[in-house]
Amino acid sequence: MMLKSKRNELLAAAVLMAPFVIIYGVLFVYPTLRMVQLSFTNAPLIGDGKFVGLDNFIRLSRDRLFSTAVWDTIYFVLLSVIPSTIFGLIIALGVNRLKGWVQSVVLACFFLPYILPVSLVYRIWAWMLDKDFGIAQYAIAPFNGGVNISIFRTIPLFMPAVGLITVWWLIGFNVLLFIAGLRNISKELYEASALDGAGRWVQFTHITWPLIWPVTVLVLTIQFILQLKIFDQVYLFSDGGRADATMVMVQYIYKQAFQQNHGGLGAAASLVLFLVIVIFSVLQFQLLKTRGGEK
Amino acid sequence: MNASVTTPSEELIVPARRSWVRTFDHIGFIATILTAAGAVIWAFPLYWGLVTSLKPDADVVKGSIVLYPSPFTLEAYTHALFQTSMGVWYVNSLITSVATTIIVLIMAAGAGYAISQLNFPGRRILWWMILASFMVPIQALIVTHFVLLSQFHLINTLAGVVGPQLIAPVTVIIYKQFFDSVPRELREAAVVDGANEFQLLFRIYLPVNWGITTALAIITFIAAWNNFLWPFLAVTSQDKMNVTVGITQVYDAFGVHYARDLATAILGGLPVAVVYLIFQRRVTQAIMLSAGIKG
Repeated sequence: MMLKSKRNELLAAAVLMAPFVIIYGVLFVYPTLRMVQLSFTNAPLIGDGKFVGLDNFIRLSRDRLFSTAVWDTIYFVLLSVIPSTIFGLIIALGVNRLKGWVQSVVLACFFLPYILPVSLVYRIWAWMLDKDFGIAQYAIAPFNGGVNISIFRTIPLFMPAVGLITVWWLIGFNVLLFIAGLRNISKELYEASALDGAGRWVQFTHITWPLIWPVTVLVLTIQFILQLKIFDQVYLFSDGGRADATMVMVQYIYKQAFQQNHGGLGAAASLVLFLVIVIFSVLQFQLLKTRGGEK
Repeated sequence: MNASVTTPSEELIVPARRSWVRTFDHIGFIATILTAAGAVIWAFPLYWGLVTSLKPDADVVKGSIVLYPSPFTLEAYTHALFQTSMGVWYVNSLITSVATTIIVLIMAAGAGYAISQLNFPGRRILWWMILASFMVPIQALIVTHFVLLSQFHLINTLAGVVGPQLIAPVTVIIYKQFFDSVPRELREAAVVDGANEFQLLFRIYLPVNWGITTALAIITFIAAWNNFLWPFLAVTSQDKMNVTVGITQVYDAFGVHYARDLATAILGGLPVAVVYLIFQRRVTQAIMLSAGIKG
């Protein structure tokens, strides 16, 4: 009897785990190992190549385009993560004060862009900022002596513009997390401090800020890791065929592997991105774990 | 709710000479105005895109700001629906997103249940693997996914679009956590009645967590619908494209038509916007769960 139920449990576990194990084996474990193997070869995108040792990594370290990709990725992360965290908190503080349907409508305004596909975000902002007919040119042109500017073809403006659009697009996520954090702060703390004569600013610096800090760290790390993997907006706004003046890491992988047919080099760049993100993810995991331990 | 409880006590405590501050809260009023203004600014690009898509071409490029479509026309939408491949792209998006959602949920519920409730060799290793795969950037695997799927002749097929999107460790993690918190008594009672593991999963564990399944299904669908990078790489023939890829990669041969481009993009985002507006609470719950905050 005991033995039979043990066997049934194993059988059930095998059946229930099978789809997961098969899919992860084929689409996750194998491609990861294959990426490592390919990065040491000179293979094209499709087909085999010879083992070339560390050649691909040496090429990467000397490739100016790759260093552009690394620096632009870091630049983009700074341009998108920091403003979206700061404004996310400010917006959450504002929305959290509102009540009832007004709160729902205002929150929906900030959140709706987040769930829309990148293609719609791209079309909308390409139209807003269009050189000839974009409505935003009315606000931008005066700074350029009254002449309209092609934002996405002006190199120094490209990354800041895409960063700003990304903040507009994704801030709803941060706002949501901050509101959840603000709602977890006990009302009694504010009431007690009000009795002691604390003003808004004192309440913010002594209650809200310290208690929302863990959420801030969570938002910062999630966004940081997410934005390292940036591709969609940067690719779409650069209109496919532009010069290599701006480039992010995933775009570099795409260019090398899919456009130049350098599968091995693309895999090497992938491995670099892979390691960078895994290192930061482990740090994030440790950070959140120690935070959990303090509680 | 809390406000109605606290107001009377505050009135008793606040000194009479400061009562005008209570009756008209200046800073609060300014904060509300700023928040509302922010919401309007945030919503404006979406509104402006919508208005433009409803204007005749001649009005779009007039160069003056008209905030409502007059005259109003659906020409851009009828063009998008009947003169482009939009219909095919819609069907492709629907098939790949629904298939992704169903497979991910079946796989995640089975694996989550097995890891949460069953004892089998390799259980701990699988759990660590899932937690670890959470950190791996799928973007780093694009090269080897492409190599793998072309070996199976799945490039330019809908199955090829679905494949790599099945890697969704968060879903397994969330299911496991929710199955962990199902009371043991429910399980023991059913086991006494002779239920096997599959009956336990489908008659108790899944129905008890029906809300989570709905929430996960909705965000998996939205994510699959919005996915750009992989469908963009896996498909080059127009008749296999998803909406998000089709609307950015296929251009009108006869010049730029802003209204038509916008109408096509808006149609592409419409399904997820509708899903979000109907299931707002579920969407926000699922997003917070995947960020590690219990909703």
